[in-house]
Amino acid sequence: MSHAIDGHHDGELERRMSNETRFAVAPDTLPNACLAVVEHLNARLALMVGEDERASSGMFRLSYTFAVAQGQWLTLETLIDPAEPAFPSVTPLVPAAHWYEREVQDMFGLTAVGHPDPRRLVHHDDWPDGLHPLRKDFDPSLPVPRVDRPAETFHTLHGEGFVEIPVGPIHAGVIEPGHFRFAAVGEAVFDLQPRLFYTHRGIEKLAEGKTPAQVLQLAERVCGACSCSHGVSYSQAVETLAGIEVPPRAAAVRTLYLELERLYNHLGDLGNICAGVSFAAGASFGAQLKEAVQRLNERVAGNRFLHGVNQIGGVRRDPSASDLHDIAATTTHIATEFRSFIEMMLSSDTVLERLKTTGFLPAATARALGAVGVAARASGVDVDSRRDHPHAGYPALPMPTPVVVRSEGDVYARVLVRSDEILATLAMIRAVLDTLPDGPAAVSPGRVPGGRAAFAVSESPRGENIHFVRTAPDGTIERYRVRSASYPNWPAVAACVPGNMVPDFPVINKSFELCYACLDR
Amino acid sequence: MSVPLLLEPRTRDTTDALAARLSARIARLLRRSLHIRHLDAGSCNGCDWEIQTLLGPVYDIQRLGIDIVASPRHADMLLVTGSVTRNLERAARATYEAMPQPGLVVAVGACACGGGVLHGSYCTAGGVNNVLPVDVYIPGCPPRPHALLHGLLVALDRLDPRIAAANVTVDVPQP
Repeated sequence: MSHAIDGHHDGELERRMSNETRFAVAPDTLPNACLAVVEHLNARLALMVGEDERASSGMFRLSYTFAVAQGQWLTLETLIDPAEPAFPSVTPLVPAAHWYEREVQDMFGLTAVGHPDPRRLVHHDDWPDGLHPLRKDFDPSLPVPRVDRPAETFHTLHGEGFVEIPVGPIHAGVIEPGHFRFAAVGEAVFDLQPRLFYTHRGIEKLAEGKTPAQVLQLAERVCGACSCSHGVSYSQAVETLAGIEVPPRAAAVRTLYLELERLYNHLGDLGNICAGVSFAAGASFGAQLKEAVQRLNERVAGNRFLHGVNQIGGVRRDPSASDLHDIAATTTHIATEFRSFIEMMLSSDTVLERLKTTGFLPAATARALGAVGVAARASGVDVDSRRDHPHAGYPALPMPTPVVVRSEGDVYARVLVRSDEILATLAMIRAVLDTLPDGPAAVSPGRVPGGRAAFAVSESPRGENIHFVRTAPDGTIERYRVRSASYPNWPAVAACVPGNMVPDFPVINKSFELCYACLDR
Repeated sequence: MSVPLLLEPRTRDTTDALAARLSARIARLLRRSLHIRHLDAGSCNGCDWEIQTLLGPVYDIQRLGIDIVASPRHADMLLVTGSVTRNLERAARATYEAMPQPGLVVAVGACACGGGVLHGSYCTAGGVNNVLPVDVYIPGCPPRPHALLHGLLVALDRLDPRIAAANVTVDVPQP
């Protein structure tokens, strides 16, 4: 693998995970090294983590991690001297780095030199200059003043017939907060600029100094709607770091819960897409089926959103025989109902008229932005971490993960991907139930070793969720980085709206079904 | 300011019984229409999904005279989720100020009630009551739809004396 970046690196680093190769790179050669990985290995930038190691090595560390091949990661790491807190931006060569680098500017005060769009990302305009929360010398207990700074968030368009439409952050429906600024000519959207990070809660900073078990509570609450996936990603990262193997039953039960999560999300999403095109009967049908799965979640796992099902070392909620019977019976019923729902939805010309060709995301754009999940698969990008980076109980299933890929790239394709994935999920739930091994549902994690780092992935309903964890010498959390599926996908929404009409924005947005909380953390 | 009431969702009422009581109270207090504005002040989306669930076909709170309205100017009540993040504090205050009085503020979920797992964060207010005057707290992570209905019922009890104090009279032609 190293031949691809020969001449760009300063040597291979010691492995921290069996499926990851790491290279040290000088800041000057970083952009070309990243480009070489992307071009020669057909790789996707999956994660970039900034770390403040001034107390130990005296430097800041940036790690760019790429998904290179089946189950393999490649990480390029560079150290930055605090005396000159800047690095050459990778974004001009690898566009997928754009938000990661803006975030590192905000959170660590490291300037991405040559970044084509160096505006703030996480901080809004009234955050003081020179204050960077993820630096170790930032004291989270001190109040942060609001300052009067020049607004830098939006560019404006001028011209005859341009209308600027500001929307949000508080929306008319029951949805999460975000600001969208449309520049429209008549009904046609010419430009869309989102401002997000309204729900930034400082979760990564909060994790620092807590024990690995305490941080699981935070991980599950990064996002209410893919709580189980975040919990699995985080638990797996700590387990990898500690060298723990979860029992086969725990791995299989995690797959069961992950698929139940996908099921209630996808059903709800299809209902919401119906709502987005004012197809009330479909909206009700979807909501009803979602509620049926959430009630099943509550009966089996004790929580409608599957909070608290995971623990480090396995699962806390080991389903009993009657729970398994309940899951089988309920999902069988849902399978029948779902078929009538999707048949009704897709036989309505007024629905199809709104879905087809709407919100077209070209495959090249999806690839350039590193999109994942349903959004990527509906645009012809064959990516699914259940197959590509095997986790939980997926490798042990008697069936390969059915990866649904379509080429159309429009809202319709995203509907069909979800619809086919629901059928696949129902089959996978059945497969887990048929092959669920006996045995313990958890092992004791023991004392989590200090001074180690690892990351892990799981496939949420929205796509790949990656959690990175580094422990301090005393075994508490030193650095926690959550890269949810919504992170690489949000820029794809903004990219595919221009050219559509303003009233189609809600249904385009719903077809991606991204989470603001997941992104903002 | 009145003392906020901590709500324990321990009611044994069935959903239908709760709904009937809620509907009767709304009819008496608000002439059959309770208008609610949802305000996400930095939640994880869990509480918001449960509020959305109330509007779906299973709970269908519109049959009780309740509606989620698009603007706080039309609202009798704010349902606030999240611990109020720094980036939403101004919007939260503006939303409250736009609501006509007498109006109610209901904090929904653990984060809204007291900061929840986000306690100690540099960019959240640690609960809605640090920013807005809260009338009723509905705990839970997230509260179940049934608890939300019970919370609405308790909140309406707090509106009764306030309407009397405000001396509001509404002339509506009787059918």
